Amino acid sequence: MAFNHKHLIDINEYSAEDIMTILKTADTFRAVNERRVKKVPTLRGFTVVNMFNEPSTRTRSSFELAEKRLSCDTLNFGGSSTSTVKGESLDDTVATLCSYKIDMIVVRDKHAGVPRQVAEKSGVHVIDAGDGKHQHPTQALLDLYTIWRHKGSFEGLKVGIIGDINHSRVCGSLVPALKKMGAHVTFIAPNTLLPARPDVLGADRVTSKLDEVLPELDVVYMLRIQLERLEGAPYPSLREYSMLYGLNREREKLMKPDAIVCHPGPINRGVELDSFMADHPTHSVILDQVYSGVLVRMAVLYLLLGGNEDENAH
Amino acid sequence: MKTLIKNVRAVDPQVGLDAVVDVLIDEGKIAQVGADLAATSPEAAAADEVRDLAGKILVPGLVDIHVHLREPGFEYKEDVASGTRAAVHGGFTDICCMANTKPVVDTAALVEFVKDRALAADNCNVHVAGACTQGLKGEALAEMGDMDAHGAVAYTDDGRGIQNAGMMRRVMDYAVQFGHPIMDHCQDESLVDAGQVNEGVASTRLGMLGWPAAGEELHIARDIELARLTGAHLHIQHLTSAHGLDIVRKAKAEGSTVTCEVTPHHMFLTEDLIGEDYNTYLKVNPPLRTADDAKALIAGVVDGTVDCIVTDHAPHSENEKAREFELAPFGMTGIETSVGAVLTNLVKPQVIGYDRMVELMAVNPRKIIGIEPVKIEPGSAASLTIIDPELAWTVTADDFESKAKNCGFIGASFVGRATDVYVNGVAKMRDGELVK
Amino acid sequence: MENASQTAAAPAEPGTQVAAVGGVSSATAKPEGLKSICMNADEIERAIVRMAHQIIEQNGGIEGLVVVGIVTRGDILAARLVNAIEKIKGVRLPLGKLDISFYRDDYTTYLAPQVESTEIDFLIDGKQVVLVDDVLFTGRTVRAALDALRDIGRPESVQLAVLADRGHRQLPIRADYVGKEIPTSREEQVAVFLKETDGADEVQIRQVPAGARIGAAPTGQNASSAGGED
Repeated sequence: MAFNHKHLIDINEYSAEDIMTILKTADTFRAVNERRVKKVPTLRGFTVVNMFNEPSTRTRSSFELAEKRLSCDTLNFGGSSTSTVKGESLDDTVATLCSYKIDMIVVRDKHAGVPRQVAEKSGVHVIDAGDGKHQHPTQALLDLYTIWRHKGSFEGLKVGIIGDINHSRVCGSLVPALKKMGAHVTFIAPNTLLPARPDVLGADRVTSKLDEVLPELDVVYMLRIQLERLEGAPYPSLREYSMLYGLNREREKLMKPDAIVCHPGPINRGVELDSFMADHPTHSVILDQVYSGVLVRMAVLYLLLGGNEDENAH
Repeated sequence: MKTLIKNVRAVDPQVGLDAVVDVLIDEGKIAQVGADLAATSPEAAAADEVRDLAGKILVPGLVDIHVHLREPGFEYKEDVASGTRAAVHGGFTDICCMANTKPVVDTAALVEFVKDRALAADNCNVHVAGACTQGLKGEALAEMGDMDAHGAVAYTDDGRGIQNAGMMRRVMDYAVQFGHPIMDHCQDESLVDAGQVNEGVASTRLGMLGWPAAGEELHIARDIELARLTGAHLHIQHLTSAHGLDIVRKAKAEGSTVTCEVTPHHMFLTEDLIGEDYNTYLKVNPPLRTADDAKALIAGVVDGTVDCIVTDHAPHSENEKAREFELAPFGMTGIETSVGAVLTNLVKPQVIGYDRMVELMAVNPRKIIGIEPVKIEPGSAASLTIIDPELAWTVTADDFESKAKNCGFIGASFVGRATDVYVNGVAKMRDGELVK
Repeated sequence: MENASQTAAAPAEPGTQVAAVGGVSSATAKPEGLKSICMNADEIERAIVRMAHQIIEQNGGIEGLVVVGIVTRGDILAARLVNAIEKIKGVRLPLGKLDISFYRDDYTTYLAPQVESTEIDFLIDGKQVVLVDDVLFTGRTVRAALDALRDIGRPESVQLAVLADRGHRQLPIRADYVGKEIPTSREEQVAVFLKETDGADEVQIRQVPAGARIGAAPTGQNASSAGGED
């Protein structure tokens, strides 16, 4: 185990072994999160900036809890009052933050590639908390952790990802990570919701027929559909989307009894999932994913910020 | 002032010349061309200046008919003086500048303004392209006749495509009377939308909106049909895709008068170079495409489908290019790297000869914009480019005369570059140094 | 972690598999570093039984006692202590293990240590906690363990049992129960091998190779299994 990374920006830079290290480390944080004092002093004195240039209540909350439970000092920067709105350049904003003497920046931005730019400009540790429709590595890791807890391993696991894959930053990280761990990935969506080259992300199979593949899936990963205006939307109506790609009481009959249902949240109830499936006591692991988010982010913070034995860590 | 250039290899397919000769320049024109002129010609023997340029190649002055000089309006990116200095430094004697300035060059006054600035800068010859439509909006015809009367050589809405087919037809119908080409930036906005990089591997890998080749090809096909309908001279700008080139190839075979251009960056750089560092210097419009597309463009250069090589020199300030990839403007500079890139990637490996290079970069561009040809024969204007074919150099931003640094070839190693430029008989660059 | 489990799963005789020497990787700690064997299997066994008796005597019985071992090897010794006490008193004490990675004071110096899990599935509030480790050296591990215990509950008392005390304390910490006092120089290491992880029981004194780091937990960087000194 030579976990020797400075940043978590591109999941493709992480080996299967690195990913297992994160998952196992996340597991050790369960004990911390389940006791009365849900906090350890490990990162006392570290300052982490949560630079969220687009709103994201969930991811930011999860990072903030993870940071606080590791005793970091945290600074939330951004939101509706971001300096970019005032015309300051990204580079200047980063330089300003660095003048506060910080140790890490957690970046969420609506533009692809920004975390790398922040890393190069700042020199501090950077975690990508979602960049455009490019990547969202901690979401992928929390998904993997949830799947691992429920399924025990990834080898040969059949994972189906259903919905707006083209606009999904989750897929940009989740699919390569699943492939690294040995899973088999199917995309299920109309062509209007697929990227130009699904094979580049690592999809083993692409289909628009949910009912045909549902019976063989071990993991049913539902993506959130954008509730867009109808004009120019990639589907004619929410009703039809739900009819073709929604997971509901009827389709549950097609599923393996031990299949799990994941969703990155927030759910559009009645669209991609009906309440029966969203709240299903055995299939749905959606709230496990939320909890896993804290554990995995604690693990990533812990592993990235530790020590300086090898200054050449990339 | 008589200048005698001795012992150069002069290449000009227009007059069937490829030989080591001496060239005598007098009063802005080529006075004599021949072997060992100093010994045989009293005029040459009386030259005020004699330069022995043995080992170098002399060609008709190179022309780049797709350049953004940015003045008026965007002088912080480039201005006429810096852009023309860069052109000379890159080996060009003539350039044609685009109309997407602020205000847009859509009236005779703006044409005159740019010409004045070029005269004042006194670097290379500047030919002005006027807009097809007012404000490049694609809605109402610009005053093409008045611009023609004041010297505009072409019409283009470059930077945008004319979206409405009926409007494009009107532009062509009206422009025919002036005999200038319609230079067409092919981009269907309903397909391209906010596309950032080539749709396919790059857009998927980088998680950005794709700019599909079909968005370009659709307009190429449309405008070839409209040119057939109207009889206009259609010139396709910065063509990038293998299929787009096939459309042009087929049209030419059917007798269409369509011409087209390609850029060094679309021939020698590909989408694969845009990595996780999101280098905004590689963000261009149309985007860098696949290796197969690049290969097809080179094949088109060889087989004659491609008429000329241009740079689409698109300077931007450093702070604009330092922005997030999706927010940074499109475009890279190229006028100072074009000759090196072409010599290194096409001429040196004998993909094309110097004669074909001269056609692509001197003869055909002049034909397309309808300016006087330059030939290496007595009586022709002495606008000449001299190339050192063996000079090895590495592209660095410090070397640029342009105000901008946003060149995708920075760091590239080239062999060969222009060292001397004569514009109408006047030395503007000598041994690689600008003359001022 | 993968490597760690491999190391533990493939023990040979003590000394051939450099399992556990205070964070020194196998490349640097060669068998020729061995200076002496200061406890053999019998001595270790006797030390544990003796400490079991002392614990019972000191506490006037076993009422309210719980045993918590510091991973890794402290937890193994803790299990042996619980077994020994059970033989004497016929009662099995609650046994837990404590990973102190998140409480270490050298996190900023070395790469993040590999983490084992803390498993204490009983309340420690109001109990007499016997904390068990293999070697007591600087006292920093025990300091970290005390902090960790404080976040888990509020014991009435904490007592410390160690197999070996080699001196050189850097903090005001002492052991209540000591298997053996082992005088050492700072340039030496005390390496504890246990059959559960290393195939056999033995305590060695070894020479520290020049420049090696003494007394830190195994890190993510060099994944030898845990143990040794703090």
